[in-house]
Formats: sequence, structure tokens, C-alpha cells
Amino acid sequence: MSILVNKESKIICQGITGNQGSFHTEQCIDYGTNVVAGVTPGRGGEEHLGVPVYDTMREAVAETGADVSMIYVPAPFAADAILEAADSGVELIVCITEGIPVLDMVKVKSALASYDCRLIGPNCPGIITPGECKIGIMPGFIHQKGKIGVVSRSGTLTYEAVYQTTQNGLGQSTCVGIGGDPVRGMNFIDCLELFQADPETEGVVMVGEIGGTDEEAAAEFIQSNVTKPVVAYIAGVTAPPGKRMGHAGAIIAGGKGTAEDKFRALDAAGVATVRSPAELGSKMQELLNK
Amino acid sequence: MNLHEYQSKQLFAEFGIPVPRGVAADSPDAAVAATENLGGDLWVVKAQVHAGGRGKAGGVKLARSAEEVREYATEMLGTQLVTHQSGPEGLPVNVVYVEEGSEIDRELYLSMLVDREVSKISFIASAAGGMDIEQVAAETPEQIFTVAVSADAGLQPYQARQLAFGLGLDKKQSRQFADLISKLYRLFCECDASLVEVNPLIVTKAGDVLALDAKINIEDNALFRQARLMEMRDPSQEDPKEREAAEHDLNYVSLDGNIACMVNGAGLAMATMDLIKLHGGEPANFLDVGGGATSERVAAAFKLILSNKNVSAILVNIFGGIVRCDLIAQGIVSAVKEVGVGVPVVVRLEGTNVDKGRELLAESGFDIISAEDLTDAAQKAVAASGS
Repeated sequence: MSILVNKESKIICQGITGNQGSFHTEQCIDYGTNVVAGVTPGRGGEEHLGVPVYDTMREAVAETGADVSMIYVPAPFAADAILEAADSGVELIVCITEGIPVLDMVKVKSALASYDCRLIGPNCPGIITPGECKIGIMPGFIHQKGKIGVVSRSGTLTYEAVYQTTQNGLGQSTCVGIGGDPVRGMNFIDCLELFQADPETEGVVMVGEIGGTDEEAAAEFIQSNVTKPVVAYIAGVTAPPGKRMGHAGAIIAGGKGTAEDKFRALDAAGVATVRSPAELGSKMQELLNK
Repeated sequence: MNLHEYQSKQLFAEFGIPVPRGVAADSPDAAVAATENLGGDLWVVKAQVHAGGRGKAGGVKLARSAEEVREYATEMLGTQLVTHQSGPEGLPVNVVYVEEGSEIDRELYLSMLVDREVSKISFIASAAGGMDIEQVAAETPEQIFTVAVSADAGLQPYQARQLAFGLGLDKKQSRQFADLISKLYRLFCECDASLVEVNPLIVTKAGDVLALDAKINIEDNALFRQARLMEMRDPSQEDPKEREAAEHDLNYVSLDGNIACMVNGAGLAMATMDLIKLHGGEPANFLDVGGGATSERVAAAFKLILSNKNVSAILVNIFGGIVRCDLIAQGIVSAVKEVGVGVPVVVRLEGTNVDKGRELLAESGFDIISAEDLTDAAQKAVAASGS
């Protein structure tokens, strides 16, 4: 078991013929991901990276029966790509694209409410179930099939958590990078709910950062709904207020969204927090050995 | 990207939102000419900087004659205005805005932003205008009224009524207010704003609603489709280092400490700063070199962090996913060669091609301190910085 994706998942890549789409889709295929098609409007009928390219998502889904879309379409066109994916009937949309205007995402979120599908991202590394399915830009080789669920707003910090849990032999069930934008698809709570229900996942590493109040909401959720051990780290204790720290969503605004507030909420909810990201793996091991 | 008050008011006027008449002036003569243009016998001279708190800092003056306008414009132009939001060095005043005086009966607060908790555009209004809204929110939250707008349905009349009743407006003012916020909503969407703030929004003695101040921030991710607004950008109001970083596709934020960081990924970059602090040091900057770091970009990053004279050590922290460690190592070596780094450099590499990367650093002959892991890196950087 795992969450959201596994070796049965059939993936379409939107934007497969672009630079980014091409490069990362090839890596995904090399990892063993079942990429069944690509979509680039105007390039229908071609073959790319050994899979057929279609003009539209509807056509691609009808022909291949795919259930997941992976999006590398450039930011100005990415909102449109997400909605096209939703309309095609896929169950999961993973949008890697960085830099989508937030008002585009406000419209997308509103429109997605009428579809029965989930969105991961945008501005995220993607999702991986080690040994089965890699959808996104994460380096596959640092992962190892195992029992820890990882959910994070940051790409490279996800890799740290993964690397540490690989080093100490725990391995990962599924890792989800939910992305660094203020308006996005799946959130901590959505992932925590799935990890809690997944028999293969024995513990969850959660990596948050400054901005917004999603970590506080997650803390409340964990307290009443998650029985598995959760280790959490929040980046940005030293970040000055009012400054955007790389990610569009990483900003302390109006006194809200500080790392201290988030640590406090998580501590109060009984979550095992670590003040150093270097301790994510060892803390999880300690909790599981109890 | 931030706009000046005078630019924001120009946009307000274009969208039909009532603002006092005013003229932007870049010299005392132009400021005096503005008074003739505007007429009347009461003017406000306002320093145009990208920071709030101008009033308390002496950047907003009431003038009762053309001579006073000249005096205040002369005082302000060419100086640095220090407010509680501008940083200790202040921001340069290159333009003053000369505006006709308004007779104020009531001061209200109005703003719009994207509320990330509900993924919607929200209006925030309060009868406590002219005050720091964060303080109002903390002390008297019952004075704050919020409505979130459905992206599908748009702003509804009941939402305008909710705010207008909350603000205690009379019938005529409520109608004006409803009209004003529907225009603001259009402006927010069409200009890809991330924040619009009107503080204060006033009711004049004549009983009309008027935007006395205006602040607009445009979302950076949407600038590609806001070519006209891009022309309003004022680089003189931006941190020169952050501006230079943006030109090299680097994400950089200046901080007060002495240990510089160079990291790939925003989350890891913040975590690296936190680790330095955790181990007793102070970070000098946030710097994300991004996923596609090339050796040129690494060299540019080194130059940038070394231009800060407080820096007494550099910590490079790379987790190679997409970016290969050997490429980063090459970049570090060529940067050290080219720029001549006079302070200790601690490097922690992990991920793709890490062995090749470490080898390159070891063979370079430069005095680069290699670190085993995150904790080791932070400790070595703090020790090397002498702090």
C-alpha cells in the first residue's frame, strides 16, 4: 500500500515536448513510472520518449485510460492545463510548474470544487511511491521503499527528510511535496488523513515553513485524528517579517505565519517537533522504537 | 512589485474610484506649479516612498500657501525618509505628491488581499481608519469586518451591505461605498494585485466617500501579463542587492548577521539560516540559487554575498536533486578563483554526483572546509566565522 499513486497508476504528461517536460518525464520513465502518453496541443499524432502525443487531454485519457496527469506547462498556461486535466476525468493532477499567478489559482481552486479529482501543487517537486511510481522532479535514487509518509511544502527539505529516513533504514511509503504557493491543491491535512488510513505508513514526517496557518490547522487535525507518530519541522525561524523567502507563500504577513507560532501549535497538539532539520530521521526512529 | 501612492491613485481614477485631485512633482518648482494647477488654498505634500508610516516620519505635510508647498517639497526631495517600515537607512524621496486638501468627517480602513485560508479575494474593512490595522485586529477584533468573494459569482450586493452597515455608513454613503468596492474588485483582478489598501478611506464633511490614501502591490508572478504596470516600477525603492540578485535569477534577502549562505531550494535555504542561529551564529542573508544552478550563477551568487562587508564566513549547502554536485563544485572553484574569496568557505554537498563534487573541491587546492552533514556544516561555519 501507499497513498495516491502506485505501480498501477497510468500517467499522462502535459507539456511533454517542452524542455522541462521532456527532461523530467524521461527520468520518471527511467525510474519505472508508467507514463502512457503526453499532451501538447498541435503535436498530436507524434511519438515522444516512446509514448504517443495527443492534442487534448480528453483524447489522451480516452485512448489510454490514464488516471493521473503530470503538468510541466509554463506558468502563463498552467491554470488552463490544470482545468483541462480536471475536465478529462483523471483522478489526480500533479502540477510541478512554478510561478503561476495567484489569481489564476484562485479561479482554479473554485472550479476544481465541481470535479471529483485531487490536485498536488503547483510549485512542488511532485509525489513518489518509492520503487513504484515517481511523478515529478525529485531525485529517485535517494528514496527507499519503507514505512514513513513524508509531506512537505519545500522540495529540497523533502529530500533531506527522505535521505535521513533512507539512511536509517526506515524508508518511505509515499512522499508528497504539496508546494510553496499560497493557493494550492492538497494540504497537510489531506495528506495526513491518507497516511493515517494507509496500513503501510507507520509514521509521518511533516515539513512546514513560514506563511499562512496551514501548519496550525494540521496540528489541530493531528491531535484529534492521527494516532501514528508525527515528527514536524518548520523552516524560517530567522526569516524577517514582510519578506518573501523564495516561495510565493513563504512570507510572514500582518504578524501571521511565524515559525514560532507554528512550532507552538504543533507542540501544544503533542506533535514531536525538531528545531533542526538534521533530526527529522533520528526523531522518527526514536518514536518508532518506543 | 509595489506602486507609489500617486501611481496607485492614477489607477484608482482610471477605474472610476473617487480620489482627491493631485499632481506628482520631482522638483520644488513643479510642486509649486501643481498648486496653481489644482487651485484652492489647502494642499497636502506627500513624500513618495515604498513604505508606510510616512505621516509620523514627517513625510506628509499640510500646506496653506504655495510658499509652504515649496518649503516642504524642498525639505523632502532628495532626502532619505526613515519610517518604521523603511529600514534604518530609509528610502529616497525622488517624487512628492501634491494633493488638494480634503475635509475629513470620518476615517475608515479598507483593504483587499488573497486570503490563503479560503483561497479567495477578501475585503477587510474597519471603522478604525488611519490606525495600524494589525493593532486593531489584535485589540478590538469586533471592529473588523471581512467578506470573501466567490471567484465564480463575484462580489455580491449583500457583501457590500455587510461592510457598509459594519462601517456605519448612511444610505447615500452605502451606495457610494458599494460602487467603490465593485470598482476596486475589478481593479484587483485586472491588475493582478496582491494587496490593495486604502487607509484611510474617508467620509468628507460633505458626506461623500473618498479614497484619501492608496497602496497597491502587484503580484510578481503575474508581471509577465502586466507590461504597462511594469513600467511603473521604481528600482530606487528596492534593495540594491536584492535587485542585482533578481537579475541573475537568484532569490536573495539581506539580513543582519555575518555568516553568508548559499543554498539550493527556498525551504532548505531558510532551514540553513535557522541552523546557523541554532548553533550560535547569525545568518547574513537568505539565498536560493534555484534548481538549475549553473557555475555562472554560483559565481554571481558568490560576488553578491561577498559585497556584504559584514560577512566573515560562507556556508554553501547543496542537496543535489536536479542540480548535480559536481557542477556546483566546479562553480565554487571557479568563483573562488575569479572573485578571490577572503573568508572561510564551508561546503556541504549531498545528492547527485556527490563523490565527484567532493573530489573536485579537495583537488582544487583552495582552502575549502568540507562538512559531513547539516549539523557539521552549521557548526563549522559558526566556528570559522569567529562568532
